Amino acid sequence: MMAWIAMVIALKEIRRNKLRSFLTGLGIVIGVSAVIVMVHLGKGASRNVTEEIASLGKNLLILSPGTRRRGPGGTRSDARDFDDGDVSAVEREFEDVIMAPLVVRPVTAVYANANVSTTAIGTTSKYLDIRDWAVSRGRGFAAHEVAAGSRVCILGQTVVDELFQGEGLLDVSFRIDRLSCRVIGVLEAKGQSAMGSDQDDIILMPLRTMQRRLAGNTDVSQIMVSVSEERSLAAVSERLRALFRERRNIARGAADDFEVRDMKEIAAMVEKSTSTLTALLGAIAAVSMLVGGIGIMNIMLVAVTERTREIGIRLALGARGREVLLQFLIEAGVLSTLGGLVGVLLGVGGSLLLTMKMTLPFVFVPEIVAVSFLFSAVVGIVFGFLPARRASMLDPIEALRHE
Amino acid sequence: MKLIELLDVSKVYGRGGAETRALDGIDLAIDAGEFVAVMGTSGSGKSTCMNILGCLDKPTHGRYLFRGVDVSKLDRDERALLRRRHLGFIFQSFNLLARTSALENVELPLVYRGLRKAERRRLALAQLDAVGLSDRVHHTPAELSGGQQQRVAIARALVTSPSIIFADEPTGNLDSRNSQEILTLLSGLHRERGITIVMVTHEPELAALADRVVVFRDGRIVSESNEPEPSGGGGSSRSAGPSGESGQPGESGHSRLSGSWGPGSELRGGGAR
Ligand SMILES: Nc1ncnc2c1ncn2[C@@H]1O[C@H](COP(=O)(O)OP(=O)(O)OP(=O)(O)O)[C@@H](O)[C@H]1O
Ligand SMILES: [Mg+2]
Repeated sequence: MMAWIAMVIALKEIRRNKLRSFLTGLGIVIGVSAVIVMVHLGKGASRNVTEEIASLGKNLLILSPGTRRRGPGGTRSDARDFDDGDVSAVEREFEDVIMAPLVVRPVTAVYANANVSTTAIGTTSKYLDIRDWAVSRGRGFAAHEVAAGSRVCILGQTVVDELFQGEGLLDVSFRIDRLSCRVIGVLEAKGQSAMGSDQDDIILMPLRTMQRRLAGNTDVSQIMVSVSEERSLAAVSERLRALFRERRNIARGAADDFEVRDMKEIAAMVEKSTSTLTALLGAIAAVSMLVGGIGIMNIMLVAVTERTREIGIRLALGARGREVLLQFLIEAGVLSTLGGLVGVLLGVGGSLLLTMKMTLPFVFVPEIVAVSFLFSAVVGIVFGFLPARRASMLDPIEALRHE
Repeated sequence: MKLIELLDVSKVYGRGGAETRALDGIDLAIDAGEFVAVMGTSGSGKSTCMNILGCLDKPTHGRYLFRGVDVSKLDRDERALLRRRHLGFIFQSFNLLARTSALENVELPLVYRGLRKAERRRLALAQLDAVGLSDRVHHTPAELSGGQQQRVAIARALVTSPSIIFADEPTGNLDSRNSQEILTLLSGLHRERGITIVMVTHEPELAALADRVVVFRDGRIVSESNEPEPSGGGGSSRSAGPSGESGQPGESGHSRLSGSWGPGSELRGGGAR
């Protein structure tokens, strides 16, 4: 009964002073929508990263010489590169994997007046399979071209744009450093990688071509191994490690001077760091919710002073302290809950809009919507308590005398 | 029947050196159905006494019997419930809720009584009609004249059918014409419905409408008479309201003014605008 009375009165009061009600709830609206937007953007970014890592290829192991070290410097590159022998050894050891050796080399490509710095990769046609990368125009490498080390190449979209500027380019020859090379295909555009580099800024050529005509040796800088879904990546990775420790004569107990990177593991790692970032963003936004709560308290405290006369009238007419308390608590609670509701709508709408604008995937996180909404109601009641208590403890005579 | 009885009631504000004895051993009895005017110089303790009678405040010493029950020891909430159930207030400064229609203002005490909306509306409209404001029910206080606002306040005080109405200088903020109208309304209600009224006023001609005048000075009651102004001998009996309750003979409950009031239509007439 008492709660009902307080509810009736609280709703009347909210409706009577719309501007004050709006201002009271505004902080919560902002807080809740900020939390929701932040978390959704974070989740979207995180999903984006993991999707792109997955786009590198599923069940992928990357062998590279040297080891990653924490801190500046990154990869140690003083370790010996792989060579053709290593590639054949992997081929012998595993019959049921798809593998591609890679030689990566910075080059300058020249055509007509255009001159671009890019990265050339010498590899086999398996590389495109592993990376699940299609050729959008022209064709991939033919087996005989790979075997013979023909002077043919496939261009990434960025190189096409910069070097040929829309001109017809298939079967056209251009220069890569001192090598003249014929364009046989163009790769489908992939966009930015998870790490932010442009994956389309690339020229592919057969491994032999790269080794003989550009590098002048038989080194291999990376070996990609794609394992079929049903096989354990970890087991393959372990066998690869053992094989290379032996081939590179690493003593028992000594550290590896090469690395077998598991893309799944990397994806998990990146996901973890982005989710930490999401949590951080959420926490910052949660502070704004707290600020919203303090805003409620502020306006309610001012309102209690401003409404002293009203409170005095209510007390004189027979309202008990607890009814006044409840009225103010309900006012705060209803306003913050309404604020929360509006915040949810704005937050979800804003998240949709922003993820679209930032071309991030929209990953709906119902938990955060529920939690921030519930929290908004709690915030109102917690921060409404002090003003409500102050109102309920007013002396009726003094309150009535208040100007 | 004694509705209210103050027995040796004192009220002391402050402590030690700064002590103010606002009421100093008051004895006062008010019968159901009486219309009592309270007069006295400024600072004589009238409002203090009204606050205690209205259960807005507690006496420092003494006993306050309301219908024979000692209410001087009640706590805050119990006093609130007593006010809610039995008392009505009319204030000098009207004290209506701002930005709230006359109707809702009158409904307010009924909200605290837990009445349903339809019932609240019905009773509030009836009271507004009784004070002649049926054409102003949706006006907010800012859209009403002082006299009209005070009539809304009277309707609000009446709507719960309280045992007694306390009015501390109800005409203090009104011009003399409006004051007369309000007093006409109050005394009409008193006469027609037998409502018990205690009213503080500084105007002898308004006090003259009461059955009895109580005069305060320095926290004491210095005179209690049924004759604010000497105007002939007593004897005529006061016309009691429908409740039939009347002042105890021989004590004070007489007023020769009661007979001089016009028909009930005057009540409406006074409230027409
Ligand atoms: N809250 C208070 N604290 C201290 N002293 C008070 C308080 N309220 C009233 N007083 C004192 O008590 C005395 C009586 O005050 P009260 O308000 O009852 O006078 P009053 O008869 O109503 O005067 P007026 O005709 O001016 O309204 C005064 O001396 C006043 O200063
Ligand atoms: Mg006074």
